Amino acid sequence: MTLSDLAPFLEFSPPELTAIILSLKVAGVATVASLPVAVFIAYALARWRFPGHAALNAIIHLPLVMPPVVTGFALLLLLGRKAPLGAFLADHFGIVFAFRWTGAALAAAVMSFPLMIRPIRLSFESIDERLGLAARSLGANRLWTFFLVTLPLAAPGVIVGTILGFAKALGEFGATITFVSNIPGETRTIPSAIYSLTQTPEGDADALRLAAVSAAIAITALVVSEILQKRADATRAGR
Amino acid sequence: MIAVDVTLKRGEFSLEAAFESKARILALHGPSGSGKTTLAHLVAGLVAPDAGRIAINGARLVDTAQRLNVPPEKRRIGLVFQDALLFPHLDVRTNILFGRFFTPKAERRVPFDAVVETLGVGHLLRRRAGALSGGERQRVGLARALLCSPRLLVMDEPMASLDYDRRQEIMTLIERLRDEFSIPILLVSHAADEILRLADEVVSLDRGRIVAQGLPSETLAAASRITEGGRFSVVSALEAQVGAFDARYGVTRLDHPAGEIVVAAHVTNGERKVRALINATDVALSHRKPADISIRTALEGKIVAIDEDDGPLAFVHIELIGGERLVSAATRLSVDAMNLTVGSAIFTLVKSVALDERELGAGATARE
Repeated sequence: MTLSDLAPFLEFSPPELTAIILSLKVAGVATVASLPVAVFIAYALARWRFPGHAALNAIIHLPLVMPPVVTGFALLLLLGRKAPLGAFLADHFGIVFAFRWTGAALAAAVMSFPLMIRPIRLSFESIDERLGLAARSLGANRLWTFFLVTLPLAAPGVIVGTILGFAKALGEFGATITFVSNIPGETRTIPSAIYSLTQTPEGDADALRLAAVSAAIAITALVVSEILQKRADATRAGR
Repeated sequence: MIAVDVTLKRGEFSLEAAFESKARILALHGPSGSGKTTLAHLVAGLVAPDAGRIAINGARLVDTAQRLNVPPEKRRIGLVFQDALLFPHLDVRTNILFGRFFTPKAERRVPFDAVVETLGVGHLLRRRAGALSGGERQRVGLARALLCSPRLLVMDEPMASLDYDRRQEIMTLIERLRDEFSIPILLVSHAADEILRLADEVVSLDRGRIVAQGLPSETLAAASRITEGGRFSVVSALEAQVGAFDARYGVTRLDHPAGEIVVAAHVTNGERKVRALINATDVALSHRKPADISIRTALEGKIVAIDEDDGPLAFVHIELIGGERLVSAATRLSVDAMNLTVGSAIFTLVKSVALDERELGAGATARE
């Protein structure tokens, strides 16, 4: 088998291409938008003791253990067009999640959040808190200390969390299809497209192709995260 | 000038401490758990007291009655930690300049080049902080604290994790910092030799209370009797003028009001005064100035106290001519055999070989 034999296999039809691009957009937006929140909550869970600490931790991890359909259904109940919060956001800010790609991004963000937050939190916990005190004594206020000392030291965890979150967001299916359905060009991401193809006769070959793309992206993400973490560890060890 | 009057309670531990000092190097001394580190952290602002006041050179940092508690980043107090706590993701240069970046331009009194020169960290500047040895880390830590031009340097056991030679080296550097940059230093330490060599004054703590404050040689001699180190941790410090170096024998003579101290080394720091540390176990006693004996150092004084219990040992406290005190460890047997009593004149004999140059610290050139 030569490369030219492979060419037809790698030639995507317009709907497939749309699904791939949409998937990247949804996962990208979900990751970028949830990263600052994840960093903040990871820091709070790692460093602060406050009432509701355990409850917050549990809520964040719920999507990991609940059936994704339930998470999607919960989002629908909360942010659907007729739901109180959904209607309020639509009327006052013009923000609509239901059956839009933004909703797919939200579902992906919620589902990938626990995976994203865990390495970031572990990273914060592994930093000697007295380094922050040293920075404070040298004149840096809390904000400077966070951005000059704490966050750079947590960078390996932040990078790993981002990549894991992105990979998870790309693969999100259950919550997405429940919350925003499976609309071509709007909410039909790679997993939804694969699902649709498996429901049509003769669709298996196309499904296999998209599955391969999906696996390739996921494996690349894992390899990159591994390399970055190794490099960060080496830097920290002073080499 | 540092003035502290604070109380703090954390679970079982309670701290109640009030002191004032004008010393150039003030030591906080005590066993672990005595609260000396907590007290240093209170001064630096890393911990807030339940009640009390803290002021440095007239600047109020804490006054709970007025709800004043200046945050650590506004206190301008340089902190040096036992393990240096350099920022591992930054190189040495960035580490050193970290505090300077946050110091208002008008208050950047301490020049970068002078610090790098004095602490000998020039060749390390491009290295990563994680790649330094213990002594190097500590020097970089000192440079970093110094370059924020602090009103006070707080050093929390800065030499506790270093070996003997590195400790001597860091002590020499601390003396140079004191003399070159005239920044007062608060030194937290449990090591008597560090305090005797460096400090002008010591505050001694035990279980959260101040048990003594005063000259290091007097305060520590009293305190170390009860500590775990026993007879080997009792050390006296004598201040003397560096005299002539006898090249023929390789010895240096130090002039002390009570007599000549002979050191088996070439003491090089010129016209300075030095502080010689003498272990109580290296001091012998004699009623007359002996002639037929190998010991060349015989200092004259009188016995002011004999500290003994049921054990075999006695600590004889001697006030030398000139007012300084020296402690000699002897057996109770010899105290009785020699008929030593408080008030009697005595010669203290110190073997020259027990003194070595590294035990000599540069003495304070001037005391406030």
